[in-house]
Amino acid sequence: MSIDVRNITKSFTGFAALKDVSVDIPTGELIALLGPSGCGKTTLLRIIAGLETPDSGSIRFHGEDTTRRDVRERNVGFVFQHYALFKHMTVFENIAFGLKVRPRSTRPGKAEISTKVHELIRLVQLEGMAQRYPSQLSGGQRQRVALARALAVEPKVLLLDEPFGALDARVRQELRRWLRRLHDELHITSVFVTHDQEEALEVADRVVIMNGGTVEQSGTPEEVYDRPATPFVYNFLGNVNLFHGRLHEGRVRLGQMELSAPEHAALPDQPAVGYVRPHDLEIERSHADSSSVEAVIRRIHSIGPIVRVELERGDTVESLDAELTRDVYQRLALKVGETVFVRARKFRVFVDDYQI
Amino acid sequence: MSALLSTTEKVAHAGATLRGISMKFFSKNRHNVLPGFGLTLGYTVFYLCLIVLIPLSALLFKTATLSFGDFMAAVTAPRVVASYRVTFGAAFLAAAINALFGVLVAWVLVRYRFPGKRIIDALVDLPFALPTAVAGITLASVYAPNGWLGRWLEPHGIKVAYTPLGILVAMVFIGLPFVVRTVQPVLEEMEAEIEEASACLGANRWQTFYRVLFPVMFPSLLTGFALSFARAVGEYGSIIFIAGNMPMVSEITPLLIITKLEQYDYAGATAIASVMLLASFIILFAVNLLQKWSRRFAER
Repeated sequence: MSIDVRNITKSFTGFAALKDVSVDIPTGELIALLGPSGCGKTTLLRIIAGLETPDSGSIRFHGEDTTRRDVRERNVGFVFQHYALFKHMTVFENIAFGLKVRPRSTRPGKAEISTKVHELIRLVQLEGMAQRYPSQLSGGQRQRVALARALAVEPKVLLLDEPFGALDARVRQELRRWLRRLHDELHITSVFVTHDQEEALEVADRVVIMNGGTVEQSGTPEEVYDRPATPFVYNFLGNVNLFHGRLHEGRVRLGQMELSAPEHAALPDQPAVGYVRPHDLEIERSHADSSSVEAVIRRIHSIGPIVRVELERGDTVESLDAELTRDVYQRLALKVGETVFVRARKFRVFVDDYQI
Repeated sequence: MSALLSTTEKVAHAGATLRGISMKFFSKNRHNVLPGFGLTLGYTVFYLCLIVLIPLSALLFKTATLSFGDFMAAVTAPRVVASYRVTFGAAFLAAAINALFGVLVAWVLVRYRFPGKRIIDALVDLPFALPTAVAGITLASVYAPNGWLGRWLEPHGIKVAYTPLGILVAMVFIGLPFVVRTVQPVLEEMEAEIEEASACLGANRWQTFYRVLFPVMFPSLLTGFALSFARAVGEYGSIIFIAGNMPMVSEITPLLIITKLEQYDYAGATAIASVMLLASFIILFAVNLLQKWSRRFAER
């Protein structure tokens, strides 16, 4: 079932949580709503679920307007950040809940419920735990019970609010891969909210990046990472080095560096900022041309396959982060305190006055 | 105010003790804040002996001066049996009424914001603070046939003051805070998310209430019920003013005990008292078992 979010606006007393937000969610995709806390992503998720009503705008499920429909009739599965399990019920009873509360005419028989619940327990890999209470489970197990409980009612849409937010790093990584596999198996249209860019980029088919109640960019993980539409997106999806400078007839001067920026050729002379990811910075021993800048190595972290080098620019004394592969690092034989030249292999210039 | 506070504390404490009885006797927690397991345990046992066990055993010793036949005769006299029925029956009913409306009051106090909420919250404690005789006189005069409320009930054939119904009213009055104050914290702790989860899964409001919310508050409701019941059984001051104290009809057991004492029948009085003690103990024990069962999900 596709979800069509059209021009949704929502404000809480004196605070606009969502400003004219539109998102398309195609059938069967796994979408991440990504953004810093307070950007409105959870509010949007709750509006899709029907737990909040928007001030204006509409939500369509498969073309059908459900904006005013009660949460009980929307047939969505919602997984809460803190699981919201019924703690007086066993795992079995929790999962069976959605089936047991159905009206008599559509309620499955006891045996059928039991078969179905055990199927789900197998699916979320909690065999042998059916009779445990939530207080006897670990965080990751609770989250899987919450997921199984949401899936039991065969929802057309699965919504997850920071599903891995309360778990420790290791369980989190495991669980998000598992979620991805589960989604590939079930193909149920799913939306999950996260503030963790790594999580969103790894798991989702498409990522919707939100900030301050608006959508900054949406696209596949590759699109948003490789071609960020706004400085915010650039910044939010990983580390970035900033080069402040001026734009002049399609060329941009960033301190000692001068680079060509043909996409801004038509713009008048004005301040601009160059954005470069740490792994797009190259370190060279010699000064080749005007596209590189002199810098002093301040620190080297050489743990793991990627070596991180902190540098201080010779012209502005601003610090830069570069990431090298171990091979390149060994070939260059870098040492702390050495003077080197830094070149941006790939960069993006934004002219707006976005501040960090 | 301090009297009010301390009674509230007492209730909270009594609730905790009630729960504590069924829990493990010895915890293996070695890093305690209070020093000396021996010292603290010794003090606790000594204190309990002094305050609770010695007076209670004195009661039993005094009762033991009666022969078994005399004892049975004293505790099964028709007038005495009738008073048991009135006392325990009315106390049970009053506790049940308080359980129902106490939950309602607690719910309103936790879930809604309205002007005067703090005043209502404070009013709940009033039955704790009010001297029971004051409560009795007030209730009796309000519900008397010419009283504020009694005059409207009288024409409909409802007599409250000087009937068993009056006893019930007084017991409801004094028992209300127990339920409210035990249920309130549990409702406050309940996350709104579990209601939303229930709604997402298709449950209607009624199903959400009785399948999700009620089981969670049930153990504390039982505690409140038990405390309210125990208080009502032991209540004397407020009831004798409104009860009318007619033998066989509206005479409560504590009053019978006083009557016997006034007639210098100490053994007879303690015989009835020991029956009440036993009955109260059995009821509290039963409620405790029920409570343990209803809290099974919280055990690890």
